[in-house]
Amino acid sequence: MDLSTHYLGLRLPHPLVVGASPMVDNLDTVRRLEDAGAAAIVMHSLFEEQLSIEHRATVYHMEIYADAYAEARSYFPEASDFALCPCDYLNQIRRIKQAVAIPLIASLNGVSCGGWIDYARQIEQAGADALELNVYYVATDPIESSAEVEDRVVDTARQVKQSVNIPVAVKLSQFYSSIPNLCSRLEEAGVDGLVLFNRFYQPDIDIDSLQVVPKIQLSDASELPLRLRWLAILSSCLRVSLAVSGGVHVAVDAVKSIMCGAEAVQMVSAILRNGPRHLTTVLTDLRQWMDEHEYSSIRQMKGSMNLLRCPDRGAIERANYMHLLQTWREPV
Amino acid sequence: MKNHEGGIGTGVETATGRRVMVTLDGNEAAVSVAYRLSEVAAIYPITPSSTMGELADEWSAKGRANIWGTIPRISQMQSEGGAAGAVHGALQAGALTTTFTASQGLLLMIPSMYKIAGELLPFVMHVSARTLATHALSIFGDHQDVMSCRQTGFAMLCSNSVQEAHDMALIAHVATLRGRVPFVHFFDGFRTSHEVNKIQELSDDDLRELMDDEAVAAFRRQAMTPDRPVLRGAAQNPDTFFQAREACNPFYEDCPRHVKEVMEQFAARTGRRYGLFDYVGDPQAERVIVLMGSGAQTAEQTARWLCDHGQRVGVLKVRLYRPWSNEDFVRSLPPCVSRVAVLDRTKEPGALGEPLYQDVVCALREARETGLIDHEPSVIGGRYGLSSKEFTPAMVKAVYDELDRPHPRRRFTVGIMDDVTHLSLDVEQGFEILGEEVVQCIFYGLGADGTVGANKNSIKIIGEETDNWAQGYFVYDSKKSGAITISHLRFGPEPIEAPYLIGKARFVACHQFHFLERYDVLEHAATGAVFLLNSTMPADRIWEHLPVGVQRAIIEKDLQFHVIDAYQVARDSGMGGRINTIMQTCFFGISGVLPREQAIEQIKKTIQKTYGKKGREVVDRNFAAVDNALAHLQQVNYPKQITASESPPLISHKAPDFVQRITGVMLSNHGDLLPVSAFAVDGTWPMSTARWEKRNLATEIPVWDAELCIQCNKCAIVCPHAAIRAKVYNPDALAGAPETFKSIDYKAPDLKGDKYTIQVAPEDCTGCRLCVMVCPARDKSNPRHKAIDMEPQAPLRDRERDNFDFFLTLPDPDRSRLRLDVKGTQMLTPLFEFSGACSGCGETPYIKLLTQLYGDRILIANATGCSSIYGGNLPTTPYCTNADGRGPSWANSLFEDNAEFGLGMRLALDKHREQAIELLLRMAGVIDRPKLIDELLNAPQSNDAQIAAQRARVEALAVRLMEIDSPESSRLTLLADYLVHKSVWIVGGDGWAYDIGFGGLDHVLASGRKVNVLVLDTEVYSNTGGQQSKSTPIGAAAKFASAGKSQPKKDLGLIAMSYGSIYVAQVALGAKDVQTVKAFQEAESYPGASLIIAYSHCIAHGYDMAFGADQQKLAVESGYWPLYRYDPRRTDAGESPLQLDSPAPKTPLADYMRNETRFRMVEQQDPDRFRELSAAAQRQIQRRYRLYEHLARMATDEKPAAGG
Repeated sequence: MDLSTHYLGLRLPHPLVVGASPMVDNLDTVRRLEDAGAAAIVMHSLFEEQLSIEHRATVYHMEIYADAYAEARSYFPEASDFALCPCDYLNQIRRIKQAVAIPLIASLNGVSCGGWIDYARQIEQAGADALELNVYYVATDPIESSAEVEDRVVDTARQVKQSVNIPVAVKLSQFYSSIPNLCSRLEEAGVDGLVLFNRFYQPDIDIDSLQVVPKIQLSDASELPLRLRWLAILSSCLRVSLAVSGGVHVAVDAVKSIMCGAEAVQMVSAILRNGPRHLTTVLTDLRQWMDEHEYSSIRQMKGSMNLLRCPDRGAIERANYMHLLQTWREPV
Repeated sequence: MKNHEGGIGTGVETATGRRVMVTLDGNEAAVSVAYRLSEVAAIYPITPSSTMGELADEWSAKGRANIWGTIPRISQMQSEGGAAGAVHGALQAGALTTTFTASQGLLLMIPSMYKIAGELLPFVMHVSARTLATHALSIFGDHQDVMSCRQTGFAMLCSNSVQEAHDMALIAHVATLRGRVPFVHFFDGFRTSHEVNKIQELSDDDLRELMDDEAVAAFRRQAMTPDRPVLRGAAQNPDTFFQAREACNPFYEDCPRHVKEVMEQFAARTGRRYGLFDYVGDPQAERVIVLMGSGAQTAEQTARWLCDHGQRVGVLKVRLYRPWSNEDFVRSLPPCVSRVAVLDRTKEPGALGEPLYQDVVCALREARETGLIDHEPSVIGGRYGLSSKEFTPAMVKAVYDELDRPHPRRRFTVGIMDDVTHLSLDVEQGFEILGEEVVQCIFYGLGADGTVGANKNSIKIIGEETDNWAQGYFVYDSKKSGAITISHLRFGPEPIEAPYLIGKARFVACHQFHFLERYDVLEHAATGAVFLLNSTMPADRIWEHLPVGVQRAIIEKDLQFHVIDAYQVARDSGMGGRINTIMQTCFFGISGVLPREQAIEQIKKTIQKTYGKKGREVVDRNFAAVDNALAHLQQVNYPKQITASESPPLISHKAPDFVQRITGVMLSNHGDLLPVSAFAVDGTWPMSTARWEKRNLATEIPVWDAELCIQCNKCAIVCPHAAIRAKVYNPDALAGAPETFKSIDYKAPDLKGDKYTIQVAPEDCTGCRLCVMVCPARDKSNPRHKAIDMEPQAPLRDRERDNFDFFLTLPDPDRSRLRLDVKGTQMLTPLFEFSGACSGCGETPYIKLLTQLYGDRILIANATGCSSIYGGNLPTTPYCTNADGRGPSWANSLFEDNAEFGLGMRLALDKHREQAIELLLRMAGVIDRPKLIDELLNAPQSNDAQIAAQRARVEALAVRLMEIDSPESSRLTLLADYLVHKSVWIVGGDGWAYDIGFGGLDHVLASGRKVNVLVLDTEVYSNTGGQQSKSTPIGAAAKFASAGKSQPKKDLGLIAMSYGSIYVAQVALGAKDVQTVKAFQEAESYPGASLIIAYSHCIAHGYDMAFGADQQKLAVESGYWPLYRYDPRRTDAGESPLQLDSPAPKTPLADYMRNETRFRMVEQQDPDRFRELSAAAQRQIQRRYRLYEHLARMATDEKPAAGG
């Protein structure tokens, strides 16, 4: 049975990839993930905005009281040069590449063009096999139009793509009014793949203290259908690699994703819940399912249920929504 | 090695090649040489010398090599005494060693100096000479410290300028190796140490050329080593000591010759010629001034000017003060001198004259007797310049004028008005000698707006990128929050040798509008000068907002007036509140010092150099600020008539006479005008003066929502400046309240029917927002709104001023009716208010709380440091009295002796009480009030009510004693007050408690005496600028631990606990105020010594102080700062004395660390190292907590005491 797949031009033995998560911070975990059979690993994001803010904050606080009082020239030692390259991140890439043989996909978070794009080059030099550009952005400004937001995404992706030779994927959120249009512009800009979808950190509210509490919620199965729809739509009209991220927990989820057009299936929450061995289980189950259902390769099922090929196109499009409404019954 | 990191440098051609010109201050000039000629330095920070040690440490950390290609090793010690000991050891073991110090630090080195000199160890210490603490401390410059060392056997070489501090450093280092006599190389603290000037840099080759390899080898051969063992430091007896002591004489005889030879070599190499004594002026001068230090430069320039104007005068500059070479001295004097004035920058009360004067008199007498001269000129002696008092050409002229009088005063002072002993000379006002070619500029900035830093940049640009010469000197405020800085910059085609403040400025910039209300910023503006003002008002509306004095000055002096809204430009450019780059650009834009384009290019180059390695974004934002600045600069076409009305006086007419006459003058920056008679003879200063200085620092102040408030008083307890206060009072007291005065029913059941108010002091608040951050009461419909919100101050100022004045008239609640917990204590008037501490200070809330609890009965011994500065740095005093006139009696002795100082107070109090009891018992029959006497002796005094009762008894006793006419009655009258309990609180920072004062602290704690110690722990030397102490934690960057401290913080509490008899508490007010209050009360009630270690957030931690309480919470939750109370009294009940008041660590330490620059900068420089250090810190926290937990569980074996 041939489980292999091509994702971002990388030949993977199977589609199961560990998605962006803090698991990469620990080399032992990384090794265990490889041992469990991961086809590739995505690093957590390097946040350009955060780096820039941190540098500015440090400089500000070091300077604000300097030369202000007769007895103190300053309140901090003269800093040697800051590690302006994201050294920690780059070193971790190097360490992981030394520790494991599977492809490593780095992740960079940036929402606008800027000097940070140089980080992409540094990531490539550190040895990453591919780069996932995470355009995590919450639009809050009523003056900013959706076109402006999308233009920025495309420009950023183009610049990153131009600055490196390794494949580049863009990880998107689902909050765009015309996802196919945006994605085809990204394809034109040269990106090699798309990851559907980013999951935002969700704010929660403490009702006693009346404070907003940032929260990371692990995904659950309910998140998959949305992704399946967009995989099915996009795989029917784009040539770029597609990966699913969010809601894949068991082998059947992977099968669905692949059938809708995914070339790679990213998993995080299920591994965080169950440990790296879960990956082995999913892989075994996938193989078993394919065996039972007489599939000989991933290639065979890839995209079989996309918009072009699925028997009921309307169910994926708007009709799906209508149909659900009509069949929904008040719970008893 | 190119030592200086400045610009590419202009240069001058000399016989030995092109010389690099650099702009730097005197400290850097000296350490630049000292570093390159040393292998080891042991130091301890002290103003104004700290910079020298810091730079050495910085260079060492960056791997800079000395001239022999090795990186000097820099070690910070626990005190100057420790530094001197380490220096002595390093010298004995044969390392080329140096140190840097000043003032009290130098005094602490004296014992070792005798040893080093006695053993003829070649060594140079560099001293930025500073005032000694006498009736008061002063951080500023004079020669009191170095003059205290003239008997140690050290050679003393004086520099008069920044260039000389560089040159003499080399001469001293070479001469000491040749002649074996150790050197003190000194220059004037601040005036030279902090003056930035353009100098010719000595290259490594220059240093190598003069350095004598054979002398270094000889020194090495004398080193202690087991390979060639020797014994030094033996004890000698009457039979031999004297002769042996005389054995060094030839070295002292030869020393001046060595110095002269080195000076000659130096001149041949550099073209700069120095002598042991240098005479300048008319070769036929009849009147000569003898002096040393920066004043010599002023005297020299003045003498030249006077000579040009027909007078026959001269100046003799003393360079090698010890050993004194009389032949050189006498030969340096012009032959026909008939009158000499010797100026000493020191004071030796009771002496025949000051030291240099005595030396000169003695020298001339001996010269005549030995035939070196035929006639002996008459000599007079005067004091000048104590504590950096200005010494100007006008004062020099006054001295020459005095010498010209038929009968000059034999003793005099110059620079002050002495209306008590009438020693001072009259000084001609407005006498100036600088020509028009020197461009003089004054800048008024705020400490935190970066003005000084920008000006230092400007000096570098002009000094290093053009052929102009440049000089800068910076005057700082005595307050830490909202502090003003005044920069004096001069530029010109010739070297600028004018070590005094600017009298007539061609350019004046005021970077803060509100300074116009307080200071006469145009006082020194010359006619036709350019005036640049930062203001939110545009050019067409600014005039109507100017105070009358400013309008008058602008018109009368015909100023060219420009405005810019620098804060708006800063915001638009993404610079936050930093206006330095903007104001600097404007300065270059309109001052005409440099062509505009060239200046802007240079500013950008500097920005790139400064920030290039700190992030592109930082650079880009600064560039944007430069580009936006000139576009927003506007010239003001002002009317030629005054439109403003007279401004209100700076000090309220309601202020006490002293405040009006003295404090007010000092506050307006005219303290120099106050005469001797204005001051107490012993340094005593009145209390409660801070309240009269209305600083109006806050742009926003807290506003109280009475309905929303839950009356917890947390806002009041965290306020560092006592600017937000709570009170509960009888409704009747509201009669006459201003209309806008807020009041609401008091919610607690205990004082039912009373009213409650939270009131802000609008003009005293510094706007730190700590109160808002801790306020727990949120509006349920709009949680952004709290019971305390910040609102713009200006529209509220007048209204809230009246409200605060009324608030102050409300009586304090009866202390006996209050529960003295967090809430109750804050109903009481603090007896520590409006100090000059930093906005958001983490220390002052503890002191304020202390005064609320026990202010009416405490003596405070305060170690030197931040708390002594905000506690007692004039012009104003924050400690105050209650309605009965009682309050904390506060004194600062030194840095190192504070625990002992406090113990001494305890001994005195105990003795007074003991004598009072003895007298009371002896006079019992005569007094004939058995019940009163019994109660006076035995009544408990453990709370406010009991104290009040005892005070009443003492009053009754006093009345009775008035009826008894006997010596014993008089004595008892004086001592009776000591029958009322008084406590001693010993207060200081971690630099004192963990380092310099630790030995004394340990001894005092061990004494078992009833003293309370409060350590305000900022984990770093805050006052002197962030040097590491033994309290600095692992992973934090501090000076002398720039890569992050690798050793853990000392556990002072655990050390104290090990005695088993000391009450110890570790507290964090922002994390758990209840525990803090409880700890203070238990400490006070404990019958022996107590120690409270109080977490104090600090600007040296590097974050917005508004989050101080949040960080304290994180510190506690992460286990970084466990809270506990160790009370030996619990042992009696069979319990463990240690009680943990915070739970086991639950949040990761990194959450706490990442919020603070002191940790984050380590991460940003070296993430791997940070990871290791933070992991080590996390492990240490866990270990420590387990240990504490173990101790807390350990019940004692002792049986509970009966009934216990």
